[in-house]
Amino acid sequence: MLEVTNLHATIGDREILKGINLSVKAGEVHAIMGPNGSGKSTLALVLAGREEYTVTDGSVVYNGHDLLEMEPEERAREGIFLAFQYPVEIPGVNNAYLLKAALNALRKHRGESELDAIDFMAFVKERMKVLEIDQSLMNRPVNEGFSGGEKKRNEIFQMAVLEPTLAIMDETDSGLDIDALKVVSKGVNAMRSPERATVVVTHYQRLLNYIVPDFVHVLSDGRIVKSGGKELALELEDKGYGWIDGVAGQVGV
Amino acid sequence: MTTPQLATPPTYAEAFDAVQRDQAGPTPIADLRRRAFARFSTLGMPTTRLEQWRFTNVSPITAAAFTPAQPATLSAADVAPLAATGAGDAAPTVVFVNGRYQAALSSVAGLPDGVVVGSLASALTKPKSSEADTDTVTQHLGTGADIESDAAAFTALNTALFTDGALIRVPANVVVNAPIHLLFVTTPPLREAEAEPRVMTHPRVLIVAGKNSQVSVVETYSGSGDTPYLTNAVTEVVVGANAVVDHYKLVRESPAAYHIGHMHLRVDRDANFSSHAITLGGNIVRNDVQALLDGEGVTCTLNGLYIADGKQLVDNHTTILHAKPHCQSYELYKGILDGEAHAVFNGKIIVAIDAQKTDAKQTNKALLLSEDAQINTKPELEIFADDVKCTHGATVGQLDADAMFYLRTRGLGLEQARSVLIHAFASDLLNRIGIESIREELDDLLLAQLPGSGGGTFNEHG
Repeated sequence: MLEVTNLHATIGDREILKGINLSVKAGEVHAIMGPNGSGKSTLALVLAGREEYTVTDGSVVYNGHDLLEMEPEERAREGIFLAFQYPVEIPGVNNAYLLKAALNALRKHRGESELDAIDFMAFVKERMKVLEIDQSLMNRPVNEGFSGGEKKRNEIFQMAVLEPTLAIMDETDSGLDIDALKVVSKGVNAMRSPERATVVVTHYQRLLNYIVPDFVHVLSDGRIVKSGGKELALELEDKGYGWIDGVAGQVGV
Repeated sequence: MTTPQLATPPTYAEAFDAVQRDQAGPTPIADLRRRAFARFSTLGMPTTRLEQWRFTNVSPITAAAFTPAQPATLSAADVAPLAATGAGDAAPTVVFVNGRYQAALSSVAGLPDGVVVGSLASALTKPKSSEADTDTVTQHLGTGADIESDAAAFTALNTALFTDGALIRVPANVVVNAPIHLLFVTTPPLREAEAEPRVMTHPRVLIVAGKNSQVSVVETYSGSGDTPYLTNAVTEVVVGANAVVDHYKLVRESPAAYHIGHMHLRVDRDANFSSHAITLGGNIVRNDVQALLDGEGVTCTLNGLYIADGKQLVDNHTTILHAKPHCQSYELYKGILDGEAHAVFNGKIIVAIDAQKTDAKQTNKALLLSEDAQINTKPELEIFADDVKCTHGATVGQLDADAMFYLRTRGLGLEQARSVLIHAFASDLLNRIGIESIREELDDLLLAQLPGSGGGTFNEHG
């Protein structure tokens, strides 16, 4: 589904990604771990199409498309979803409005009819329950005044409604209490299917107790320096990153 | 930059002679007109050398010859798309075409006893009018609208040349529930003939709200075609003690139009006055508000929203004079500028020496959508009292890149994401508009001006 080959990316004149190779197949969950500043969030943002980053080398192929040639909205319409590490507050834009506009943009792209307000509410109601999204949250401006937990739940709620083919979660677990973490994980696990894939960027092994990955990758200084199964995450929890060759000057998680 | 002083074209003098001959009104008004025309003749059109007109170059108006617009009639169907929503339906509506009252298009039925809503010209014409109406006009007209300052040329010109407009009088203790709509439509010739003067109107509005009264007034200025014309409007509002007056001004002039509007308020103690100046169309638009808070405990809100594109120039000038203690004034102006549009905001607040406990807050925010759009924004605080709270702030910015990216990652196209954010920028101002039909109408008008919005509402309530 996703084939990242030798991906190099810079912001300004600083190179952040220095040759990423990653292969994600349908049905898989990949966890990307690594120390601060290793390039985890940059990778997530480059995959979603953030224009501030310049790809200087390498390729990304997503379901046969050259992903790097696509606008952020085209990637979204083709089924890529980024759950933001820091969801953006947008005063004056109603949360439900954004979600309906997003859903209809995707439906239109797939040649499906757009949903009106009533059908939309029917469509999202079940998912609101799973993610414990209150109606009042729907009528508030996007992320404005939301607590940290509300913002992250709202991201996963959007994901549940938009049903992406490839979900990229950028530190969705950071700052969550255990109850919120369980709610978020439930939302993500409900989405798991043989047709979909998930890339979970995280700093903490704890999340992977709830969202069990098929593969774990360690990112350091812009490269994937080690890959393994879910047991690698436990090892990292125990021993930190210092024992892995290529993790320069970093000890502990 | 200086603009050469151009000679006043003779058409104004001809227009003045015609008004003096046919429509001078009662002696005090005729005298006022003479003084005003003399003042205009002395001042000439304002130039950018005057501080109040520094960024607003009206030389396209100065250079052209204007003649009073000829009488014209429009059908209700012609007027409907130019009106604000709610006008004409059940709401009291007074329509003026080319500066003249249109009885057939106007309806003021159902107003409470004693409320006067009608043509200013007929209030000044003895046999048609009750003496009370004439007295209201002679007592108040020209008392608020300053013609003495160096910057007052347009107000002086209006005072000399107005032939009609609206008189609204609400007696003490009377509440008018339905908003009163005043609609001014100009229909210039479809094609400009060589050497023919352009058309002008000088609408005049006088609103007198008695003690404890309540009323909302919506003034809409609209025009057709794409040939230039001049609307030079003056509104005077006298707000009695403890009265509540909400004023809305919608500038929907044609893209070639020049609109110069001055509103002068005098607000008595404990009254609550709000103004919302919404500018959507016109080549050069100037909205001046001068408020005199002339009693204790006044709350005065001046809001404005302007949307400009192409080479439009939109200038909002406000002056609030806190003359008495314990008054509050709140100003929020927001502008959305694209293309080579140019906006000016100048907010002057004067706190007189004994106006202690004044609370004044002024905010101007502008969103620049292109590199060639520009705004000149300036607060002017003159504070002579020592126990006051005055704050002002101005922000000028572009669309937030993080928010744009966020929306696009959710599948919204570039244009749609822009529209959503532009609308969001305007929404807190729109949400302050108390009349639902106006708010919805403006929402629609705003959406229609935004690229790629695809219609629909931005306020989803599931």
